[in-house]
Amino acid sequence: MSKQYETVIGLEVHVELATKTKIFCSCSTAFGGAPNTHTCPVCTGMPGSLPVLNKKVVEYAMAVGLATNCTITRHSKFDRKNYFYPDNPQNYQISQLYAPICRDGYVEIETETGSKKIGIHEIHMEEDAGKLIHDEWEDCSLVDYNRSGVPLIEIVSEPDMRSAEEVIAYLDKLRLIIQYLGASDCKLQEGSMRADVNLSVREVGTEKFGTRTEMKNLNSFKAIGRAIEGERQRQIELLEEGKKVIQETRRWDDNKESSHAMRSKEDAQDYRYFPEPDLVPIDISEEWLDEIKARQPELRTEKLKRYKEEFEIPDYDAQILTGSKQMADMFEAATDICKKPKKVSNWLMVETMRLLKEAGQEPEDMKFSPEHLAMLIELVDAGTINSSVAKEVFEHIFHEDVDPKEYVEEKGLKTVNDEGALKKTIERIVAANPQSVADYKGGKEKALGFLVGQTMKEMKGKANPGKVNEILKELLK
Amino acid sequence: MANIISDETIEYVGILAKLELSDKEKEAAKKDMGRMLDYIDKLNELDTAGVEPMSHVFPVSNVFREDEVENGDEHEEMLVNAPKVKDGMYMVPKTVE
Amino acid sequence: MEFREMTAAEIGQTIKAGEMTAVDAVKAALAEIKRQDEVLNSFVTVDEEGALKRAAEVQKRIESGELTGPLAGVPIAIKDNMCTKGLKTTCSSKILYNFEPTYSAEAVLNLEKAGMVVIGKTNMDEFAMGSTTETSAFGVTRNPWDTEHVPGGSSGGSCAAVASGEAPCALGSDTGGSIRQPSSFCGVTGIKPTYGTVSRYGLIAYGSSLDQIGPVAKDVTDCALLLEAIASYDKKDSTSVKRESYDFTSALKDDAEGLRIGIPRDYFGEGLNPEVAAAVKAAAKVLEEKGAVVEEFDLSLVDYAIPAYYIIASAEASSNLARFDGVKYGYRTEEYEGLHNMYKKTRSEGFGPEVKRRIMLGSFVLSSGYYDAYYLKALRTKALIRQAFDRAFEKYDVILGPAAPTTAPKLGESLSDPLQMYLGDVYTISANLAGLPGICLPCGMDSKGLPIGLQLLGDCFKEEHIIRTAYAYECSRGRAAFAGKRD
Repeated sequence: MSKQYETVIGLEVHVELATKTKIFCSCSTAFGGAPNTHTCPVCTGMPGSLPVLNKKVVEYAMAVGLATNCTITRHSKFDRKNYFYPDNPQNYQISQLYAPICRDGYVEIETETGSKKIGIHEIHMEEDAGKLIHDEWEDCSLVDYNRSGVPLIEIVSEPDMRSAEEVIAYLDKLRLIIQYLGASDCKLQEGSMRADVNLSVREVGTEKFGTRTEMKNLNSFKAIGRAIEGERQRQIELLEEGKKVIQETRRWDDNKESSHAMRSKEDAQDYRYFPEPDLVPIDISEEWLDEIKARQPELRTEKLKRYKEEFEIPDYDAQILTGSKQMADMFEAATDICKKPKKVSNWLMVETMRLLKEAGQEPEDMKFSPEHLAMLIELVDAGTINSSVAKEVFEHIFHEDVDPKEYVEEKGLKTVNDEGALKKTIERIVAANPQSVADYKGGKEKALGFLVGQTMKEMKGKANPGKVNEILKELLK
Repeated sequence: MANIISDETIEYVGILAKLELSDKEKEAAKKDMGRMLDYIDKLNELDTAGVEPMSHVFPVSNVFREDEVENGDEHEEMLVNAPKVKDGMYMVPKTVE
Repeated sequence: MEFREMTAAEIGQTIKAGEMTAVDAVKAALAEIKRQDEVLNSFVTVDEEGALKRAAEVQKRIESGELTGPLAGVPIAIKDNMCTKGLKTTCSSKILYNFEPTYSAEAVLNLEKAGMVVIGKTNMDEFAMGSTTETSAFGVTRNPWDTEHVPGGSSGGSCAAVASGEAPCALGSDTGGSIRQPSSFCGVTGIKPTYGTVSRYGLIAYGSSLDQIGPVAKDVTDCALLLEAIASYDKKDSTSVKRESYDFTSALKDDAEGLRIGIPRDYFGEGLNPEVAAAVKAAAKVLEEKGAVVEEFDLSLVDYAIPAYYIIASAEASSNLARFDGVKYGYRTEEYEGLHNMYKKTRSEGFGPEVKRRIMLGSFVLSSGYYDAYYLKALRTKALIRQAFDRAFEKYDVILGPAAPTTAPKLGESLSDPLQMYLGDVYTISANLAGLPGICLPCGMDSKGLPIGLQLLGDCFKEEHIIRTAYAYECSRGRAAFAGKRD
């Protein structure tokens, strides 16, 4: 390759909001459910039905806008985007074009080369489409409108990214902000966060952008990385061959690791937007905006700083703890109860992460209560159980959220501190292992460890190992 | 007629509107649309510079719903109206090639 | 008096007095339909069984003292673009030939709350697009005054049913004059309320920013009573307006004293039939004699209303009618190859020529490169028209004029030249663009024996002015001539 090329990337990120009901009707947004059971005349496009806007959607959109440094549009409106497709029951989508709710923001990302601002062109609200299921037997498709009308925000970035690494850093940043706001769970695999990639290439040094393509159907960070690389190569090859890049929408096939154009004579891509006559505009007052600002939770950057300062948590640990909203919430809640931030952090960083990995889960899937973790830490600190028993109990907390006090009681796992009882057992062990006793007396320190181990085994792990050591040494003097 | 509507335009609008016109209908549509646009061009006599486009006739804003689930399940009654149904879903010709 | 000549209020009183039951009233209406509808074709669907059943229930509730309103037990016909639960709703289109809604329009529910009994669904121009009720997929409706003439449209079925006495009253919808113009042609009274007064929930949309449901009846009193019954704030319709008052009957006062009435000179120019002009002017004279202050003025912008209307209404229609695609309800073509072919064939076979014409025009004016020149220009024109009315209503309580330039044309005369037909809406269309309320009531007959309509427009939310003016005029005019009497 003789020339040097630069990749220019902008993203359109769709995020499903965590409202209880759809954007324009009071149907449930719950995932799953038999086909079409979460539908009504509005979200199936029945003649005569009319949309009514869910206030919570506006508030989530404002919150995301504020957290991404956007200007909130004080007089916002909805528009209709017209196109025919069966997952879209009205054959138009209610969206925003002329006056989107947020504009001109940015987020800062950290990459190996340092920090960089990625501009946000706009954020708008819109409705999701239904789901198409392809029926192999009858050579047809089936439509389920349960997802039709689920609220979305679309976050449109400026073409400020130059590599897959930056794209992933940007997505991760958005995901964390939105999760922290509680506006969405942002799961790429489940489709509650979806990214379309706009990509063009240009010779290094040129100012003019090249012709861009839009890539759809990217449902994992890995797929995004591969698609960016693939499309970059494809465009460069075209240019090298003296051909032109066509502005088009392409569908990424992650199995084949290639994309194909979604062109059809019937898709004119002329959406005939016009103001939605069935919905009135949204006026955002100073008071309303202040109310939303006051409700904004602490975001990750602030949390990171606070964890380091207030709890003296090392940077690496703080990164992991704040790497998901659920993890940070768990950390803070448990710390709040037991006032032992470092110990809480330790349980989360080591045992929790291990068990999550083992179960193939994400921190979002944690189901145990911070009260039980805090209680467990107290039990260890009080010497009620020893650390190996604690690990065993924690597995049960992690999986079944058992009450550790009750569990320890029920299973008889309390450490035995009663010297009389301990002594009796140890005397029995000593009597049964004359060889080891002789070895120890002969100077083999290791033999003591064996005797401690035997005692612990006999006591089913409930003995305080320090105490066992102490008594053994006393007896063998 | 000032507005001449080409075959391509009629073809294109037919794609947008999902209407398939017969040759006879196309000829009529070209004529009708041209005439109508000539008439509509009358609006060009009007100076509308600086006039805010009026999409909504009253300055009403902020009509909202609270985020509460209220709807029951009436999908079976609705599906009765569908021309083709399978497994509780609307059946359409295959959407992917 | 025979049933078919009675007003809704009179039927209500008779039922209340125990001299007639709700079931008797429905049976009488059904008998009129049987006798006349083969010729008139006012109805797409008559719900004989359902109506009788509901009437019996209503009668019980009247007798138990639960229903006490003035319209309890009165039969009513509904334009076929309003959803009625379990009762076929077609918009007079092949594409919805078998559609049975799972819910009723809010206006219909309000009528049922008042104890009224829906007897059937009336014919209309397909999707309310037309001025003659000739574009219906289920045959033309004929004018009861002269069956060689059209009843007007698009609420032609509702107006013909009331004019003939097949129904004492009806609901229509008005997007560009679709209640007022057929009321004029059929010699009945109809109101298009201020935009947002009657919920549009369940009204199958044509031009969403223009559509309004309103009453059609034999006189002003009935219209006021019906409007009071159907008007309500509805949280299911975001464009529904919370009004300070929903009292429309207090305005029924025979008192024109001091009313300021303006007559737009621009409404009396070229194209207006002289007989119509004379009848309307004579009506103004009657009001003047009753103490109203009547003067002529220049409204301005009248000629721009029609082009602005056809851009806005067609654009909205092209989008509103996109949902009729053979997937969720209604007609689907028999044979097709793939999705887009199914869409195209279904829609091309399911829609009639006038609907297709407007969808094509609407899609074109919104398409890439034309939006600013057409759609935005039309919205700006709409703003100017609204301003012109604001200025007029600073000086006048009511604007008086004709509802249509002519009386009812003969069947088949209008459709040959769509543009000419559109021009007939010149007096009614601006009220929809500006959201204003309007009423049309009979003010005489032409030499062919066809009714002439008088239109009164009021400022937004000022229905009281047009109702009071209309009522005062009606008191002097006396009971309007009744078409159903002709045989």
